[in-house]
This record gives sequence, C-alpha cells and structure tokens, in this order.
Amino acid sequence: MSYSVEGATGPWEVVVGMEVHAQVISKAKLFSGAPTDFGAEPNTQVSFVDAAFPGMLPVIDRECVAQAVRTGLGLNAHINVVSRFDRKNYFYPDLPAGYQISQYQHPIVGEGTIEIELADGSARAIGITRLHLEQDAGKSLHDQHPTKSLIDLNRAGVALMEIVSEPDLRSPEEAGAYLRKLRTILRYLGTCDGNMEEGSMRADVNVSVRKHGDPYRTRCEVKNVNSVRFVMQAIEAEAKRQVDVWESGGTVEQETRLFDPGRGVTRSMRTKEDAHDYRYFPDPDLLPLVLDESWIAELKAELPELPDAKKRRFVGQYGLPAYDAGVLVAEQATADFYETVAAQRDAKQVANWVMGDFFAALNRTGRTVADSPVSAENLGKLLDLISDGTINGRIAKQVFEAMVATGHDPGSIIDAQGLRQVTDTSAIDAAVERVLAANADKVAEYRAGKDKLFGFFVGQVMKAMAGKGNPALVNEVIRRHLGN
Amino acid sequence: MSLDPATVRRIATLARIHVDDAEIPQLQSELNGILGWIEQLNAVNIEGVEPLTGAARMALKMREDVVNDGGAQDKVLANAPERIGAYFVVPKVVE
Amino acid sequence: MMLTDLTLAAARSGLRQRAFTSRELTEAHLAAIEALNPRLNAFITVTGEQALAQADAADAALARGDERPLTGVPIAMKDLFCTEGVRTTAGSRILGPFVPPYESTVSANLLRAGAVFLGKTNMDEFAMGSSNMTSAYGAVENPWKRRQDADAVLVPGGSSGGSAAAVAARLALGATGTDTGGSIRQPASFCGIVGLKPTYGRCSRWGVVAFASSLDHPGPLARSVEDCAVLLGAMAGHDPKDSTSADVPLGDYQGACGRSVKGMRIGVPREYRADGMPEEIEALWRQGVDWLREAGAEVVDVSLPHTKYGLATYYIVAPAEASSNLARYDGVRFGLRTNGKDLCDLYERTRAEGFGAEVRRRVLIGTYVLSAGYYDAYYLRAQKVRALILRDFTEAFARVDALLTPTAPSAAFVQGEKMDDPIKMYLNDLFTVPADLAGVPAISVPAGLDANGLPIGLQVIGKPFDEETVFAVGAAIERAASFDALPTIRAGTAQ
Repeated sequence: MSYSVEGATGPWEVVVGMEVHAQVISKAKLFSGAPTDFGAEPNTQVSFVDAAFPGMLPVIDRECVAQAVRTGLGLNAHINVVSRFDRKNYFYPDLPAGYQISQYQHPIVGEGTIEIELADGSARAIGITRLHLEQDAGKSLHDQHPTKSLIDLNRAGVALMEIVSEPDLRSPEEAGAYLRKLRTILRYLGTCDGNMEEGSMRADVNVSVRKHGDPYRTRCEVKNVNSVRFVMQAIEAEAKRQVDVWESGGTVEQETRLFDPGRGVTRSMRTKEDAHDYRYFPDPDLLPLVLDESWIAELKAELPELPDAKKRRFVGQYGLPAYDAGVLVAEQATADFYETVAAQRDAKQVANWVMGDFFAALNRTGRTVADSPVSAENLGKLLDLISDGTINGRIAKQVFEAMVATGHDPGSIIDAQGLRQVTDTSAIDAAVERVLAANADKVAEYRAGKDKLFGFFVGQVMKAMAGKGNPALVNEVIRRHLGN
Repeated sequence: MSLDPATVRRIATLARIHVDDAEIPQLQSELNGILGWIEQLNAVNIEGVEPLTGAARMALKMREDVVNDGGAQDKVLANAPERIGAYFVVPKVVE
Repeated sequence: MMLTDLTLAAARSGLRQRAFTSRELTEAHLAAIEALNPRLNAFITVTGEQALAQADAADAALARGDERPLTGVPIAMKDLFCTEGVRTTAGSRILGPFVPPYESTVSANLLRAGAVFLGKTNMDEFAMGSSNMTSAYGAVENPWKRRQDADAVLVPGGSSGGSAAAVAARLALGATGTDTGGSIRQPASFCGIVGLKPTYGRCSRWGVVAFASSLDHPGPLARSVEDCAVLLGAMAGHDPKDSTSADVPLGDYQGACGRSVKGMRIGVPREYRADGMPEEIEALWRQGVDWLREAGAEVVDVSLPHTKYGLATYYIVAPAEASSNLARYDGVRFGLRTNGKDLCDLYERTRAEGFGAEVRRRVLIGTYVLSAGYYDAYYLRAQKVRALILRDFTEAFARVDALLTPTAPSAAFVQGEKMDDPIKMYLNDLFTVPADLAGVPAISVPAGLDANGLPIGLQVIGKPFDEETVFAVGAAIERAASFDALPTIRAGTAQ
C-alpha cells in the first residue's frame, strides 16, 4: 500500500531525499580551539580563526574527524581513507570568511544504508549517498532592531556532519521514520545529540513528484525544517503544491523553499540568481585528510552495540516481539535500563512494566530515563517483591507511584505504608465472612446462577483488605464460603 | 573567452565589488587582455597529469580536542567598525 | 664606519662584544628613518618608542648574558605581518585602522630571538604587484639612481618594496618580506640586496595577511647572504597553527654560507631568458656560471620546458586563491566600512572603496576563473600545468644540486612605467614565479651593475628544504661578485 498524492489526473508518487546537518559532539570546533557549548554570551566562544581575522588559518580537530568516521561506520558506510576540504564561497554576515570550509568532491564517508521500520511492521533500506564534514555558520538575529541585523559568531566553525540520503523515501511516514532512526543512531554513537528543537540536527528536504514509473521530475528543497513532525507536514504540503503546478499545466521551478508551520505551506526563499555559484575549489590552507586504517579499525572496535543489532538481540535473548524490542532500543539509555532490570528476571514482565507504567510515569513527570525518579535497581526490586508474593500486582502499582513521587526504594515504602500482601487465611476468612454477610442478597443471586457476581465479591473483599489480600487466596476462600 | 559588459557586472556582483558604469569598458578591456594572455596554457598537454593542489606534499595534521581558544569577546569586537552590545552589526537582512 | 653600514652579523657581534649598545644601534636607525623615510616612503608605520624600549631590554639581557640569535638587532617588518598592538595595513585602505590583537608566528619568533622592531614597511597592496606602486600609502622610491637621468625616481620592485628599500638605504639591518610570485627576490635584485624565498612551509603563514595561500612564502631580506641565513634561522620552524607548515628540522644556515661549492653540480636552465632582456643580464649570468666553475662547481645545461607557462599559471592560481582569501574584507568585523542601503550595498561599496585597481582586477579574474563552467578550463588546468612545472624541477634536481638563473628580466624601472598594461608589470616575475609554483627555495644575490649603475641580481634555486645548498651557492656568488656598490640614497649621506 504505497503513499500517493491524489491529483485531478490520478495518483502521484512522492520522491524524497534528505540532507541532514548534524552538529558534532566535541569540545572544540572543527578548525579552531574555541568551545562549542550552546547558549553562551554572544561572541565569547569565538577564535580569531572563526572570526576570519587577517592571517588566520584552520587546523582540524581529531575528535571531529573521529566522530564522522564513527557515524560512517554506524551507517554501514564506506570510509574514504583520503578525503579533501573545499571552500564553498558566498557572502553572508554569519559567514565571516566569505566561504565555508566543506567537502565537495571527496567526502570522508561514502555510500551506506539505514534500515527504517514502519508502523505496519515492514522494513525498508534507505540509501545514504555520503557524509561530509563542514563548518557551521554563526547566527544572525533579525528581530532585535528595526533596521539592523545582529551577528553572533559563537556557532561559527562548529563541526557539522552533512548526511545525504538517496532519494529513496516515498512518503512522509518514511521520512519521519528515517529521521528518527538516524537520530537514534547518532545518539547511540554519541556523535550528535539529535536535538532538532535546539538546532543541533537540521533537515533540508528535497521533494519531487511523478507518476508511478515515470522518470524523476524537478525537485525543490525545503530548508531548515526543525522537527520530525514539520518534516512530514512539509513533504505533504510541498508534494500537493507541486502536483497542483503540474496538473494546471505549469512547470515546477527548481528552488529553495521554507516551510511555514502556521499556514501549513511552503514558500519560496528570496534568492539572487548567483546565489548558487559557490566556486568550489580545494582549500589551499589545508592538506588532504589521510586516515590511518588501524585508527579506523580501533574506532570500529570501540563502537557501542547499535540499535538494529541490539533489537535483534533483544528479540532473540529476551523473546520479545519485534515491536517491543524496537520501542526499547529507540534510546540507548532505555535499552540499558531495560537490560539492568531484566537481568535474571522475567524479560516479558519487565518489558510490560517498562513500556507501561514506567514510560507513563516519565511522560507524566516530564522526565527522561537519564534523570528517572525510579532507578533500574529499584524497579527490579519491585518486581522481585511481586514474584516472591510480598505484594500483589495491584499494590505493586501503588508502590510504584509512591516510588515515582519519592524516589525511595520499594521495600521502605511497603514497610512505611504497611502494604505487605496478606496471606494469612484467617484474616482473609474474616474479611470474606463480613462481606458475604453484608451482601446476603447478592449471595443468593449468585447461588441462583448469577456467576458474574463473583468478581463483585472479590472486589469487596479486596476493598475491605485495603487491597492487600493475596488474590489467589482470596479467590479460594470466597469459593469455599460460597460452597462451590 | 571574451567578457562582455554584462559578464563583467555579474562577476563584480559575485565578488561584491561595486563597479561604476563608467569603469566597465576599461575593466572589460583589462580583464579580457589578461584572460587572452592566459589562454596560452591551452597549448600545454595535460593529459594524465594530476593537479597539484599546493606545494606542500604532506598529510593533514590533526589537533587534540581541547578548548584553548575563544573567551576573548573584547578582542574579537575591538576592531568592529560598528557594534551593538556584544554583536556585530549589518543592515537588516530579510530572508 | 657608521652603525647603519654594518651587516646584521657584524652588528650582532658588535653588540655581543659591547662595542656599542642596542640603544645606540637602534637610535642610529631611527635617525636614518627620520631623515630619509619622508622621501623614500619605505615605512608606513615607525614604532620608535617601542623600538627603544626593546633596545633597552636587549641591552639589559646582554648585560646578564642572555644572548639570543637576534638580541638587540633592529629590523623592519613588512606590513603584511600582523603585529600585536601595532597597526597593520597590508598596504591597503580596506584594513583601515586595524590593530591586530595577535602577533604573527614569524614576528613572534623574531621577538623571541631578541630582535628590535623599527616599524612596518610599505608594500604593494595585499602583496599584489612588482613595483610597490599599488600601495594605498604611496609609492616607495628605490634608493638607487641611474647614472644617466639621476633625477628619475625608480621603483624598488615589489611587493616587498618597502622592506627592500629600507634595507638597501640602511634604515634597517634586515627585514621580513613575503614572496608569492617573486616579491622578495625581485625587489632584492632591484635594490642590490639579498632576498630569500625559503621552501614553502618553512616559515609559518599564521598571522600573515593571506594573498594566495599555496604560494605565499615569508622570508628575509638583508645586505648579505649570511645575514639572510641568520634571519631565516630565527624566522623558520614548524608551526602547529598552520596546517601547511613543514614539520622538517631546520638546517645550519649560517654554517652553510661558508661551505665550499666544490663538487656541486649547478644547472643552467636554457629557458630563463626573455624577449628584450638586456644583454647585460645575460652577460652577468654567464659571469655567474664562470664564478661557480672557478669555485670548483660543475656546470650542467638543463631544461625546464614549462618555464614559459609559469606566469600564466600563476595569474590563474594566485588570483583565484586571492579572490577567496579577500572575501573576508567586508566592513563588518574590522577595517574600513562604507555604509550602504542594504547588506549587498555595504559589501560592494566597502570593497570598491577599500580595494585598489590591481587588487580589484585580480579578485575579479580570480572570481571568474573559479566560476561555474570555467573551473576546469582555467583553475584545474593551471594546477595541472603547475604539477608539470614542479616535475621539471624534480627531474632537473635528479641531475644537479642547484640552478643558477637571472632574478629579473630588467633592472629597476622608472615609477609610472608599465602601468598602462597590467601584463607588462606581470612580466617582471617571469624568472621568479616558477620557484613559487613549485615551492622550492630560491635566493637573489646582487651580482653586478648594469650600464646605468643599477644593481642586477642572480638567482640560485635549490631542492625542497635544501636552503643550505642555496645559501652555500649564493654565498659563493657573493664572494666572487664582491658587490660593493652603494645606493645613492642611504643613511648618512646628504640629501
């Protein structure tokens, strides 16, 4: 069932490719020793190199290169042992040198693949064309003054990885899945935090449409979309626009557009004719980047287990359904949390708790696994206390909520609130007798055949016991009293 | 490869250097003279020759990932012809 | 003998022997600058107070036995080197009142070696020129005068015209320059002094205002080969802040000056001649060959067939790199700013006002040759011809240790000449440009005078990183030439 845009002349296929700019996690910038932290006072994280003062020269940061290699390996891509830096020349106030140091003809990483999983359970391999390193630009503020734009160069020179996909995506859903998967991989590798809201990961989306089976038509680029949701909306809006243009007899012009989330449409960016004559040439201040094969091998050996491999292992090792495994590995921290709890325990039960109550609690309290109020150790203890009969499932939920609220371990909460499960038969007996006595009419109805009332009695007894009755025993005792 | 006035203008715009109308003919003539003179390179047989990009023939040295620069806001701004607070300033750009 | 007539090496010895103080030495030079700079215009900025303070500190250092290679020696810096706290112009209006908040590596090395800085010397704008006439701070007068027509004002050559004139007129014991197409060697030849372009990457480019990154070579100018050797030893060295800096150990440059050339093989490339080149230069070249033979060297004919394409190659590659390197001069973070109605206007008017005609020509040529559709035809082709020029040298150096050629196809010409056609000016660099393209070391040594009494230099070109051989052969030429002519305008002479 493939996605298409319905036009007046029939269904149109959407062809999408993505260029993602991912800010590299490193202490210093790609070609200068200035820091990369977010949110500092303006122009306090600027080297004279970043500000393109006269006579300044670039020197490449080893960790930035390593991060690009790690990312390439994580994308199952070919690492180019020799790559080169080129200058991309254009004038803009946030580009102090009047050129960006990038890689044009010889990028550090070549072809690779990303596996994406869709809601219907199907999987697709999306091709990666290349990954290259380049400098980020500074920031221009256009809304601080009526007639002037203000320039902050803190971000100028921060390392970016530009990751280009093949035009293999065919729907907004696939594009969303691709972005999420890419973000997961980058976060696993620790090479980018994937935070689209903060701008450490930005997507430029190339969209074109065609009738199924036809050759490609002109594409437009929708730039700087800063959330997965907006990417999906932008694709839909742009595809519709292009279909309208084609169907009304017009021609789609190749251009750069911006997505307006408020109106749900894309609009053309103001561009001058020559905006795209970048006059690329090899940067004469730099030499070819030549990587040591043994260094690449070292980086490869140090890579963490990546999401696809981890998911396969979870399915095999823990017997989880693929969907659950997928959810658990989406964040490495979550996967680690799960495995800590699941060790020596019922893997499926743990999965249910993590994906159920635990995720719900995190959502509700606005926390993440990293700053979770409930530690893996404590969740594990809670599950042990259910297994060994100290508490029943219902009380466990109550204890869990208290753990979320206080951060305390389950044992102390149970003791403090006296929540131990009651297994003492005489206490249960007494409660059952009281309940049955108080509900003689319903007892008669039950005996007359209204079986459903059994649940009512169970509920009442549990209520009378403040939930602490061992459910199995309660059932047994009630049956005995009712004479079944 | 001969430049016409429109091309001279286009290059001047690419290079962000204003050229008065009156200057175009002279400039056109000088640039065409130089480009014509450069054409002599077409006589060279370059088949199979790899371009030399820089006289240095070494591989790029990499720097350790430590912060050892920046934090000099005053110095970075000291020569600015115009500034507002800690920002550089340009005429407003509309995107 | 006046203090300003000493060689740098002799002055250094004198200081160490306490024959005089650095203060005296520096004062003598500052006085000479005061007397002659208004005419010669060799200096854009004179740092008198700073120099005297440095001289005093040097004297104190010498007193406590702290002798570094250049302690107390007054030298001049081409105004292309960023000097912390001292205005740096690159010979252009566009840098405006720019005061660098950093010191270039080369000048920092010289300061660390104890040198005293007299000031920043005049130069062609952004190092683009061979006459110093494109400077926004006025032309420089060559201290040499013609025998006939002694009133004619001659050019010192360029782009390091101010440095060459200052050294020749004895306003400084030595100076730094940069050589991209010949900008150290050609002015050295025009001014009767020694100028060395080291191997590419030998001296760091960090803090040197960039013209053409793959061709810029910082290097020394002085009045003797040995002086240049001393300066190079202090200037050179690997710099981790410059990715193109060579991580190669330095040689014993001063020692090399005394080395015999006996047994060395010297190549004479037949292509180093030009149409209309004065016979005197050919004659001096042949004389140079004889001198080296007499000193025991073997002379070999060699061919560097792509020599004649050097200029065209250079005038594609250099402007291309320059067009990109000069994009940062936009009125935003430093320098001249001419406000306009919008951003584009700001850029266009600032750069139109700030750049001179030659710079504008080269930036436009460079922009054009890199532009869409022309990259392959021009830049890529030029870089391939460049590879062939290097190959010519490599093949020649398999057979010889060094090459001997003339430095320039003429002696100093009159100010204002060759300005009607840019190409006429470019032809000055015919013999110097190939060594820049190949990155090989080359020195110009004054070898004789022409019929007009103007100095003519001979050039020695060596293998990559073999400055020692270049110094050895250069010193041999210097000894044989016994060049003792003096420029008319110099410290101590009445004007």
